[in-house]
Amino acid sequence: MQCPCEKGITGGDEVKIGVTINGCQRNIDIEADEMLLDMLRKIGLLSVKRGCDTGSCGICTVLLDGLPIPSCVCYAAKAEGHNIITIEGAQKEAIDIAEFLVAEGVDQCGYCSPGFVLAILGMMKELKDPTEDDIKHYLVGNLCRCSGYVGHLRAIKKYLEVKR
Amino acid sequence: MNEVNKSVPKVDGLGLVTGAPAYTNDIAMNNALVIKVLRSPHPFAKIIDINTQKAMNLSGVECVLTYKDVPRNIVTRAGQGYPEPSPHDKYILDEYVRYIGDEVAVVAAITEKIALQAIGLIEVKYEVLRPVLDFENAENHTSMVHPETECHSMFPMGFEPDKNIACTYEMNVGSVKETLNKCDVVVKERYYTKAQAHVAMEPHSSAAHMDVQGRLNIISSTQTPFHMRRIIAEAFGMAAGKIRVIKPRVGGAYGGKQAIHGEFLVAAVTLKTRKPSKLIYTRKEVFEATYCRHVMRLDLTLGSDKEGNLKAIDMEILSDTGAYGEHALTVFMVAASKTLPLYNKVDSVHFSGKVVYTNHTPAGAFRGYGAVQGNFALESAMDELAEKLGMDPIKLREKNMIRQGETSPIFKLMGEGGEGIEMSIESCKLDYCIKRGRDIISWKSKYPRKYTNENTVRGVGMAIAMQGSGIPYMDMGSAILKLNDEGFFNLLVGATDIGTGSDTILAQIAAQTLGVATNKIIVYSSDTDITPFDCGAYASSTTYISGHSVRKTAGEMKEMIEEEGAKRLDLLTDQVIFDGEFVKSLKTKDKISLKELCEQLYYKHDQKQLIASQSYVGTKSPPPYMAGFAEVEVDLETGKVKLLDYVGIVDCGTTINPNLARIQVEGGLVQGIGMAMFEDVKYSTSGRLLTNSLMQYTIPTRQDINKITVEFAESYEPTGPYGAKSVGEIGIDTPPAAIANAIFNATGVRIRNLPITPEKILMALKGDAK
Repeated sequence: MQCPCEKGITGGDEVKIGVTINGCQRNIDIEADEMLLDMLRKIGLLSVKRGCDTGSCGICTVLLDGLPIPSCVCYAAKAEGHNIITIEGAQKEAIDIAEFLVAEGVDQCGYCSPGFVLAILGMMKELKDPTEDDIKHYLVGNLCRCSGYVGHLRAIKKYLEVKR
Repeated sequence: MNEVNKSVPKVDGLGLVTGAPAYTNDIAMNNALVIKVLRSPHPFAKIIDINTQKAMNLSGVECVLTYKDVPRNIVTRAGQGYPEPSPHDKYILDEYVRYIGDEVAVVAAITEKIALQAIGLIEVKYEVLRPVLDFENAENHTSMVHPETECHSMFPMGFEPDKNIACTYEMNVGSVKETLNKCDVVVKERYYTKAQAHVAMEPHSSAAHMDVQGRLNIISSTQTPFHMRRIIAEAFGMAAGKIRVIKPRVGGAYGGKQAIHGEFLVAAVTLKTRKPSKLIYTRKEVFEATYCRHVMRLDLTLGSDKEGNLKAIDMEILSDTGAYGEHALTVFMVAASKTLPLYNKVDSVHFSGKVVYTNHTPAGAFRGYGAVQGNFALESAMDELAEKLGMDPIKLREKNMIRQGETSPIFKLMGEGGEGIEMSIESCKLDYCIKRGRDIISWKSKYPRKYTNENTVRGVGMAIAMQGSGIPYMDMGSAILKLNDEGFFNLLVGATDIGTGSDTILAQIAAQTLGVATNKIIVYSSDTDITPFDCGAYASSTTYISGHSVRKTAGEMKEMIEEEGAKRLDLLTDQVIFDGEFVKSLKTKDKISLKELCEQLYYKHDQKQLIASQSYVGTKSPPPYMAGFAEVEVDLETGKVKLLDYVGIVDCGTTINPNLARIQVEGGLVQGIGMAMFEDVKYSTSGRLLTNSLMQYTIPTRQDINKITVEFAESYEPTGPYGAKSVGEIGIDTPPAAIANAIFNATGVRIRNLPITPEKILMALKGDAK
């Protein structure tokens, strides 16, 4: 499939990978040691943010074949042949969840939010009817320093109720 | 129309959550040079020789800067009011490096990779000096952390760099010694609080470019754009008019972005190269080379009579400010000034202490700002006194605490680095906060302990706290309100939304005053070229100080609309009223809609732009109050503590936005819980930071947090905008003491040294068993 938004981005000079990003098949030049996070920001997907460089905080979460991964510790080359979704490619679902977070006032600085929302999407795919403990366990890798987490839980429970 | 005390959604919420590019690194110029910093591998050293030639020769490197290449003006990076209450002890770059992570040289290159490669090519010869690594032995150390002759303080604060003392202070009410001699019961204990890292999720970020007028533009993730403009001008010896500071969305700060960090370096690179540049700290740099909470040693003595009437408080503090003295004096003073007035019925109070330099990562502002350290000691000691008296700790507090209508001599004695102001407390619902919290946590049935089986025991504990609402007669907020055609408004504020939702609550205050819906107010913060002056987001000042300026500004705008409306109705201004939609005659049915008025104002007749602007400086700093209650479960075999429940009841006056106020408290509580239970900035014996990643330094995860209940007391602060006090910091204050007290009530083990880890509990339990 021809990607309508292909910009033919170059910059790296070593490897070209084929990867589907937000539904578009892209061929992207990367450097061999480039991280997925850097590649995504390089092509303008600025919702993907850096938090820690050690895969510890979940800020840089993206969906790889529908499941959340920290993109700061994933080599871009590993994405070859896979489907990557960032929040730019999941706006409808993101707004659905965002409305519940915002209604609770728990959005705060917002920096962890895109990764967090994608992790919630992953959870929705993997867990049918998560309990409070399931939710905390699934999302434990997504840190937030502003909210104190309890507001997240209130928002997610309300979101799940509506989804049911 | 009621726009305050209403949970309006955050104005930027949906955009941020769905990933809009809004932070510094998202809006820095695409072609910005990437800056990397060579940092000191030694805790204390003098640069003898530095050779940057090989790095300069690397293709793609635009510039390499050392202390030889930048202006040498000594400043403080603290980002506080002026004259600055922190010692001037920092150059942009210096020949001395004072902690592992201090800046040695700066590289700007076309890519990050090249910049890092160039860093590796810089050759430095150091004279390694003996570092000061133990704050309790800093004063008489053979090394001087600040040997430079230029360092100074802007007013007397006991600054003695030859003794490694950043500042000293002493205060007396009555004679503590004499009072203690007459006391029936005395508690005298020593407490330690550790450094805590802010861990804002967005690392410290800044970018710079020269604008078309040849002015230096800085985009910065900062809490204090106006202070930043002043400090950068001073450091570079340039006119402030040549600098513009833009604060975009900020990904959390909590005090950690009050000071200047990378901004000096982006400014230096862009001034030198005239090219855009950016410096995005790595997480390791954030840990090693920004700053953390001041480590403190607190000696507390309390004396009371047999009935539990508190008679004397003696607090002595030794504080570690690390390599630079940012916020050294003020944090240390707040440890006393925002805790000791809680017990205002005493005959005498003494507070004194010192803040010392060491060769560790500097300390600086952090939510709670000393009050959390002071609170841990004071509120632990209160429980120790209750234990000695055989009295319920709640009863002891109710007997002695400050109440509405009362005052404390400390308000006048202690202010921001100097004298304070006299203040009577016009809103204080601590009595309600305690009663309500006690009921929710079921204190009666749970105090002091209950065994759930032979190896696990549960206990409850509590603490009370106060904070402030801005710095009176010093910190100013101001606002500009502009009426547009179609009848909507721009609200321009220097107040710095760092993720707290202050843009939203300030819009609500404007909307309430004008009688319009909040969505008619388009807020913009902050840009030193566009928005009016505001001291910034610190000292719990935005709701109270900036909020007040917005209310005054909107009041002025309302009068302007009434004046213009009256003219169009052929009436006098005092014969009309603006209700948010129409300017109406008070007597007849004559009226003109805001929309029609705007059409006339901007297009049709007697055209005129309406702009209102007002400022506010507080004349007092009404404290928000809080009672915090913790229920813990302790495993007696392992010392492991599970925090089952935390209840926080807060008096912050009117909650302008109940949802956002609640999250401020919940977020503060969880930071306080982290500080109480596990957050621990640790150094090796050679001065290297061991906790320099999120794998070593742990902050609370969602699995660490069980039940949290936050409620607000019905309260109205007469001096606040719509009855509001501030709420940003109070949430962090109670957890360390309340959790320590709960663990004591559960186990009989008193931990006076944060964080309260399973190891410490187990060792104390074993010690007791012997």
